[in-house]
Order: sequence, then C-alpha cells, then structure tokens
Amino acid sequence: MKKNYWNASLRLTLGLLSIWFLVSFGAGILFRDFLDKYNIGGAPLGFWFAQQGSIYIFVILIFYYCFAIRRIEEKYKDEV
Amino acid sequence: MENSFWSYFFVIITFGLYIVIAVRSRANSTGDFYVAGHDVHPVVNGMATAADWMSAASFLSMAGLIAFLGYGGSVYLMGWTGGYVLLALLLAPFLREFGKFTVPDFVGDRYYSSFARIVAVVCAIFISFTYIAGQMKGVGVAFSAFLGVPSTIGILIGMIVVFFYAVLGGMKGITYTQVAQYCVLIFAYTVPAIFISIIITNNPIPQLGFISNMSGSDISMLTKLDNLLTDLGFLEYTQTSKSMIDTFCITAALMFGTAGLPHVIIRFFTVKSAHAARVSAGWALVFIALLYTVAPAVGSFARLNFINTVNDAQYDNNTSENSADIKMVPEWFKNWEQMGYVSFKDLNNDGIMQYRGPNAPDGLQNEVEVNRDIFVLANPEIAQLPDWVAGLVVAGGLAAALSTAAGLLMVISSAVSHDLCRKTLFKNIDDKSELFVARLSAAGAVFAAGLLGIYASQLGFVAQVVAFAFGLAASSLFPVIFLGIFWKRMNKEGAIVSMLVGLVSTFSYIVYFKFLGGTQDQWFLGVSPEGIGFVFMWLALISGILVSSLTKEPPDEIKELVEKIRISRRT
Repeated sequence: MKKNYWNASLRLTLGLLSIWFLVSFGAGILFRDFLDKYNIGGAPLGFWFAQQGSIYIFVILIFYYCFAIRRIEEKYKDEV
Repeated sequence: MENSFWSYFFVIITFGLYIVIAVRSRANSTGDFYVAGHDVHPVVNGMATAADWMSAASFLSMAGLIAFLGYGGSVYLMGWTGGYVLLALLLAPFLREFGKFTVPDFVGDRYYSSFARIVAVVCAIFISFTYIAGQMKGVGVAFSAFLGVPSTIGILIGMIVVFFYAVLGGMKGITYTQVAQYCVLIFAYTVPAIFISIIITNNPIPQLGFISNMSGSDISMLTKLDNLLTDLGFLEYTQTSKSMIDTFCITAALMFGTAGLPHVIIRFFTVKSAHAARVSAGWALVFIALLYTVAPAVGSFARLNFINTVNDAQYDNNTSENSADIKMVPEWFKNWEQMGYVSFKDLNNDGIMQYRGPNAPDGLQNEVEVNRDIFVLANPEIAQLPDWVAGLVVAGGLAAALSTAAGLLMVISSAVSHDLCRKTLFKNIDDKSELFVARLSAAGAVFAAGLLGIYASQLGFVAQVVAFAFGLAASSLFPVIFLGIFWKRMNKEGAIVSMLVGLVSTFSYIVYFKFLGGTQDQWFLGVSPEGIGFVFMWLALISGILVSSLTKEPPDEIKELVEKIRISRRT
C-alpha cells in the first residue's frame, strides 16, 4: 500500500543524487579539462566547480529535497 | 610574541562563555544527556552541527593544505561538504524517525543482534578516538604557538573546559556551547579573510575576490598565482599531480565517510522530527559552506602573499648595503622560524632567500621550508593586519578543536553507557544510574582523549590517522546503515559480515601503507590509503548483500520497523 509513496521518494532521491554527482565528480573532476576552457570571472570553470560551485549547489539540493519530499508526503497522505 | 595580550584576552573570554553556558544547561535525564531532549530547533542544530563538524583540521590546516595543493585541495572542499547531501537524503531523516539515542542503537535494533551492536560500538569508538587525537593536538598547537604555554598544559586546560560542559550538560550542554563556538570560529575565520581579500583584489567578499582581478591590474588573481608558481618551478595552482582516479576516490571516501561519522549522525537525533532533521542538514551545510567557500580564497591569497614577501628577500638585515630597494626578510618570518614553522638554509651563500619548486627554470635550489599550518596561523601577520586579528584566530582555532572534541566524546560515552551497559551488560539499570554511568564514561573519555593528544603530539602522526576515521566510517558504518533503511531483506548475518569486511580491509590497507612501508606502486587500482575507504565500501556493500541473500530473511517485525521509518510522521 505504501509503495507509491516510497517509489516517488526514491525517484526524487535518485534525481537529486544525479545532480550531486554531476556537479562534483562530473564538473569538478571527470569533465574538468573540458570545462576549464571556459572562465567564470578570473577562474577556470572546472576548477571553480571543484572549489566553489559544487558547494553552492549542494546547499540548494538539500533545501529543494526538504520542499519536494513534503509535496510527495502531501500527495500520498491517504496512503501513509 | 607582542600580540599575545589579544590572544589571552579572546581565549579567556570565550572559555569563560563556554563554562557559563555549560553550567546553565545541565542535563537532568538520559534523554537530555544523549539527545538534548529531542528538542533542539533545526537552525540551532544546524549551527551546532557545523561547529561539531568543523574541526581543528578544517580551521587550522585546510586552507594551508589548499594553498600547497591548489586544485588538489578540492578533494577536501567537495568531500567534506558533499557528504551532507548523502546525509540529508539517505540517512538523517530515517535515523531520526527511528528515534533512539545512538548509531549502535540503530544497528542493534535493526539487525536484532547484540553482536551487531557491539561491532558497531567498536567501529564508533575506534573512529572517534582516531579523530579526537587530532583535535587535542590542535589545542596544543594553538596554545604553544600563541600563548607561550607548553602544548601539554594547553591540552590539560582544554580538557578541563570540555569536561565542564560535556560531563555536566551532555548533549544539551554541548549543543549550546557548539552554537557559541560556531560564532567564534566563523568570525575568526572570515575577518582576516575579508581584510586580505580587500588588500589583494579590492573585493571585500573573499568568494568573489577568489575569481577577481588583482587590485590595480587587469590580470586575474588565479592567473597571477599560476604564473608566479610556474616561474619558480612549481606546478600551476589550478593543476594537480594526483591521478584522476585517486582524486575521484579520495573525494568519494571523504563524502561517504562524512555521512557515516557517528558524531555527525547523532546531532540529528536532537531535533524534533524527521522533517526537522532534513531541514537541519540543510542549515548545517549553509553554516559549513560559509567557511568552506572562504577557505580556497584564503589558501590562494596566502600562497600569493607568502611568495611576494619571502621569495628573493634578503635574510640578514644587518648588512651594510641596506637600502630602500632591497627586499628585506619580513618580521613574522623570524618569529615563526624560532618556533620551527619555517626555516631557511642558504645553500648558495648569497644571503637571499630563494623559494623554488622542483623544476625551477633558473636552476636554483629551494632554500625555504614551510609548515602548511602557518598559512592560517600566521596569515594575519603575513598580511600585516592589526594585532587583535591574530588573537581572534587563536580563539577560533580552539573553538573549532573543542567543539569537535566534545561531539566525539559524546559518541564514546554514549556507546559505553548506553550500548554496552544499558543494552548489553546490565539490562535493568534505571535511568538515574545510566545517567551517572554516562557522566562517568564522558569523564573517562575526556581523560583518555587528553592522554592521546599529549602522546600523539609527540609522535606527530595525527595527519596520517585522520585517513582512518573517514575510510572506516565510509566502509564500515555507512553500508550497514544505508542497507538497513533501503533494503528490507538485509539481515543480521549480512550486517555483521559487511561491517567486519569494511573494518578489516580498510584498517589493514591503511596500516600497511602508512605504517609498514608499503609503496605507491603497490596501491590497489592506483588508489591511495586516503581514498581506499570508497573502494572497500563497495566490497562491504556487496558482501553484505551476498551474505543476506544466502541466509534467512529477517523477521516480520523488522520489516515493519523498516516500513515505519521510511515514512516521516507528521508532528
């Protein structure tokens, strides 16, 4: 019975973790040579993601999760 | 040193403040003592978590590490913040919904086994003690470098202060002192950073100064630093000598390790609900990010300042040829040289300090050796900031070390009094006696930690054992907690095997390469001991899943328990 709620919350978690992976391991490590061709201010973009950008996005991810999981709880509240 | 008045001033004021808070927030029950009565506001808990988390290493050593490693330092920045995303999405709200006191509590109940609980107790205590040695050493360093107090006495003073609020107030006392300590440490960290950012880039916000141009020029700060370093024969600041796979694994080990560290997890038991735990993790990361996004700016500014003031300066200031256009050795260099943080060996006997990397284009040898910790400790002096700023830095470093030490002591004392005594050995002791045992074990843990700090500061191996804490947390605790929530079928046998596999493999790998002389070409898949926790975490996950699948299913009431903690109750 509680399956729909749990599946929706798993989908949300997976989605957010893909972004988590992309901005840190992706932009900051794996694709950084490519991104370093571009600049943000005076910093190469990949380097900036590794030392600044990923951290800002981590913060946004957690607050978005708090908001979105509440919406899922609301949607399936009869079930849970 | 001349500025020790301000150091004494700030240290005495802040220590007094911590003790006042401790006396005012005494714990009256085990609920108060272990989890501050489950009643801490999410934002307050976020702040306390940030102080709990940011240790002497974050405050004193990280910027210096980044200053030297450049891009290579990114592993710490991403690793020590990205773990909070895992914590908020995968662990904290579910563990709060479970609603008990400690991490071994969850393992013991979820895997219906006292043996599993004991293995978790061993992991938690081992991780916390390796971590606490570094904090106590940090306290010793701050005292000896600034207050002229021998490191051992400094550690004893630190022990007495922690004893006050950890033993009297438990988690309740710790929470409110950590809030105060956060304010002290973030103020102490950002004030010098703002001054230096203005001096170097004309931008008062260090995060923006980091990507700005040098003041009065149209060349960016980072390009300038890259060019300077290349000219002196160092690697460019924005490059690294580490392989991509090693960078990847170290970052991942630090992230999963962060999520599995028991002293961080228990902070989320102190809030009201699962939802509050999620929100609180967000706030914790906001407060942490305030320091972590400033650190790379501090690191790069400090490296730039260091090169500009030290390189090619004349060491002996008594020569007759003194004139305005000769660069002289800065005052701070001689001060810190006496304490052994920097040294100069005039290899070519020209009286000039040549600071060079391994591939110097002019073929000169490096004559200047530097301890990395100096980049935060001496930064205010290097940038010629007012004396009180340096005093503030000492108080901040002590706040960072003591707040983390207190959180770790909580893990150790609750593992002993709650998981060992109440849940395993003497099952029918009452709340009052358990509280007494909790205070007693907190006192014992303070004492043991102090001894460890004194002993470890003589050995000087603290930096190496820190790899232990993260690797072990990632490979032993993270997999069982994660599978316990996300895989109902996970059973007792799987959990025990998984924890032991993670613990033993990571432990032996680190011991072999750090202490028994293993060499780099023997690294498994090219992964260093710092990153190996991530590789063995997969081994622990897979062995846990395999063994569970081959043994019998967990009882129905356990599956119901898992169902229950997956949904957060509305409050």
